[in-house]
Amino acid sequence: MDDLLRVFLTETTESLNLVDAELFRFEQEPNNGKILANIFRLVHTIKGTCGFLALPRLETLAHAAENVMGKFRDGMPVTAEAVSLILATIDRIKAILEAIDASEREPEGDDVDLIEQLGHMSRGEAAAAKPAMAPAEKRPEPPKNPQKPDKPDKTPPERTEDERGERLANHSIRVNVDTLDRLMTTVSELVLTRNQLLEIVRRNEESDFKVPLQRLSNVTAELQEGVMKTRMQPIGNAWQKLPRIVRDLSAELDKDIELEMRGADTELDRQVLELVKDPLTHLVRNCADHGIERLAERLAAGKTAKGTIRLSAWHQGGHIIIEISDNGRGLDLAGIRAKAIENGLVSDADLAAKSDAEICNFIFMPGFSTATHVTNISGRGVGMDVVRSNIEQIGGTIDLKTAAGLGTTFTIKIPLTLAIVPSLIVEAGGERFAIPQLSVLELVRADNGGEHRIERIKDAPVLRLRNKLLPLIRLKEVLCLGECDNEAGFVVVMQAGNQVFGAVVDGVFHTEEIVIKPMSSKLRHIPAFSGTTILGDGSVIMIIDPNGVAQALGRVVTAGYADRPEMESDEEDNEGDTVSLLVFRAGSQHPKAVPLSLVTRLEEIDCRKIEVSDGRHLVQYRNQLMPLLPIDSETHVKKEGAQPILVFSDQGRSLGLVVDEIVDIVESRLDIEVASDRPGLLGFAVIKGTTTEIIDVGHFLPQAFEDWFRRPDASTMRQARTVLLVDDSIFFRELLTPLIKAAGYRVVAAASAAEALAALKSDGRFDLIVTDTDMPEMDGFVLAEAVRAMPSRATLPIIALAAMVSAEAIERGRVVGFHDFVAKFDRTGLIAAIKEQSADLNRAA
Amino acid sequence: MTMNDSTGLNDYVTFTTAGQMFGLPIERVQDVFKPTRITRVPLAGAEIAGVLNLRGRIVTAIELRTRLGLGARGGGQVPMAIGIELRGESFGLLVDAVGEVLKLSDDEREANPINLDRNLGRVSAGVYRLDGQLLVILDIDRVLDLGAEAVAA
Repeated sequence: MDDLLRVFLTETTESLNLVDAELFRFEQEPNNGKILANIFRLVHTIKGTCGFLALPRLETLAHAAENVMGKFRDGMPVTAEAVSLILATIDRIKAILEAIDASEREPEGDDVDLIEQLGHMSRGEAAAAKPAMAPAEKRPEPPKNPQKPDKPDKTPPERTEDERGERLANHSIRVNVDTLDRLMTTVSELVLTRNQLLEIVRRNEESDFKVPLQRLSNVTAELQEGVMKTRMQPIGNAWQKLPRIVRDLSAELDKDIELEMRGADTELDRQVLELVKDPLTHLVRNCADHGIERLAERLAAGKTAKGTIRLSAWHQGGHIIIEISDNGRGLDLAGIRAKAIENGLVSDADLAAKSDAEICNFIFMPGFSTATHVTNISGRGVGMDVVRSNIEQIGGTIDLKTAAGLGTTFTIKIPLTLAIVPSLIVEAGGERFAIPQLSVLELVRADNGGEHRIERIKDAPVLRLRNKLLPLIRLKEVLCLGECDNEAGFVVVMQAGNQVFGAVVDGVFHTEEIVIKPMSSKLRHIPAFSGTTILGDGSVIMIIDPNGVAQALGRVVTAGYADRPEMESDEEDNEGDTVSLLVFRAGSQHPKAVPLSLVTRLEEIDCRKIEVSDGRHLVQYRNQLMPLLPIDSETHVKKEGAQPILVFSDQGRSLGLVVDEIVDIVESRLDIEVASDRPGLLGFAVIKGTTTEIIDVGHFLPQAFEDWFRRPDASTMRQARTVLLVDDSIFFRELLTPLIKAAGYRVVAAASAAEALAALKSDGRFDLIVTDTDMPEMDGFVLAEAVRAMPSRATLPIIALAAMVSAEAIERGRVVGFHDFVAKFDRTGLIAAIKEQSADLNRAA
Repeated sequence: MTMNDSTGLNDYVTFTTAGQMFGLPIERVQDVFKPTRITRVPLAGAEIAGVLNLRGRIVTAIELRTRLGLGARGGGQVPMAIGIELRGESFGLLVDAVGEVLKLSDDEREANPINLDRNLGRVSAGVYRLDGQLLVILDIDRVLDLGAEAVAA
């Protein structure tokens, strides 16, 4: 049976049973206000709920009864006829409920007889005739003692009532929420006490308590789980009102909106449920109001008339993920940019350096609304900031992805329960802290001699982790517990929002199920902590809030650096406008830069290890001989000390580019303003206000290994097929053109989708298109669709280059007709894909 | 501050800190305990001595000396704590020593002398002239209101 219906039946039956007990007194004291109020409340609730549940018969009857009861409540005298009529109505309601319980449907028939009489009565007309209602007359005389009606004398209809009552009661019982909350608190205390006992036993190896304590521990865990389960409710409960809201909004906004709900039965703690209800409602309203376009706009954009808002929920690890997505117009990034400047949130210069994802995040700032006109649904700019703070309050995160013209998706990740959280206990500056395990990704031990070494770029500590650079904060310093001088320690890799970072701590103890206690009001202003807890040994420690601690990244690490994209595996291509650039000096005083994504590692090599052979510098590096190249003739390999180099690796081989000094890593737009003819130099760009030379890595690779780009087998080289390379970034065009050429293809480069389409419209021969997906004006997906629409080019293989390959992007690519999807920096993959596609061509030919 | 109307007498828990005697109405005092294992809280205001576990409750310890600008306690001197409940939260006011409970008449309480130290004046609810010393009655709500003036640290 439908959950809602079951709840309704259970509740109504309970209320009816209560009213039943009072009905006898009602006959004796028809004008008792309290009884009247109770009956009124009952019929009122039934009427209200029936509307939701589509039970028209019951609704009509209850409505008629409510009218009469309202009159009585307002002072109309209650006559004997009235009592009979009310009793008859209640009996009828019971009969209908009974039928619904049995068949899940309203029984056939109507209640015109009763409704007419009720109508007369509410209009104050004396009842035309005594109600011909059998049930009222069958009711026995009221007994003296109203508590227990004469059981032995029970008439048949009453027995069925009792049976039905029992049947419904067997489905579920109602427990006051406070009772459950108290139970949870008690269990939390029990867990604490258990932990304390375990701690004591841990200190005394040979204890008689060991075995019974283990049992106690298991039972406690089971109890905890059981109590937790009683508090679990399906997320659908928080969604109940949404279909109605969306329906009303559709009408109000004159839009056609469909609400899809998936995973409504996903369960979570009711406390969490209560707290996400409002943010969810707000987001859905926003989608309907801002996201979904008006009909005309949708049709003009070639979309279906009906807009869709999709709500999905599922469990993932210890949390629940809720996604709210619409297929509307997407966020107005230009509008957000303008608004951010207008509101003084960011300066022009800083804004230019922000990625689209960062721009999107402005909508979570207080008082930020881009709606040009305020509707009464949303657009007052009081909302998204509250949504985010509400979600963060319960230890959750909210992210958003948006694609212009395609829609926006909000992803909320929240813990299943708030009360008991497994946490990692760490030490920093002599104090212990708990870090919720939810946000801990992994633990890395860092020391000077070992595999993982803490390094610094200017003042920013970083750690290389699987060829990625991880920004670090030192917990001790962030918490002002003293300076940190040694470069060793444990790195707790954490995630806060879409930011992955490492926190250096002095020690890691163990994990413990901690019971979160709210923080003192005097400490609540400290963003680094989310709560307090009592450990097994009885001491109080603070719980670290990863989001709060991550704020320190902005202070310690240069702002742009904090947002290095590589670790953000589940974030979609926010590559768009800005690129992480490694800025260094070599030779001339002009700073030079190279996209960080091309650099495999930064190394400092002991000069004594550098060998010279045949005029070339070589160094033994990771069991291989690595050639070292100066970046230009003015750069010289140092004679002593440490030589900084940039290592580029590809296909198992590495090249070291000799530089004088690594300066910084910045997040910046890469607009090459003056191109250069000098080999090895793509051109000049203004980075952080300084003219910077952009290095062409592609130039150096063949110098180090003559065959670097000539690995493809000779057979493909002979075919000399033509590849149309589409990329808005000069850098990638410059980088990929020689690469594809070297693989034996002719390359025609186009700087935009429009340019590419123009080329395709000509008679030129093209065998293959390689296109960037993310381009201004017309992106790769639209380009692909346009190509598919060209009769002569419809079957042309298209390989998409994406900064970040997500499942969704691949799916979308499949729809528009991409033959293959290659990550932007995967040069081997690209060549392989090109070869594969041209091999297909061969077979087809 | 409740008052016994018939007699005008109130009970005050007295204590000393930095040589000054203070009093709190007894109905505001939950308990008196010796604070152990105080965990300091990084980044908290200076007057927050830390948090501690008192029979399963988490108590925020407030150092009265710092709160009133009375200078640090000498080394080796162990503080006592006066437990106070405020809006569902537990606080422990760290003082040097706890004295006896005095029954004092409301009539004898005097207003703050005009030249009273500003820090003290802000939290004082009046002064009693006892034999040999002065007793400053604290307004505990104001003591625990670590408003902007205090939290800034």
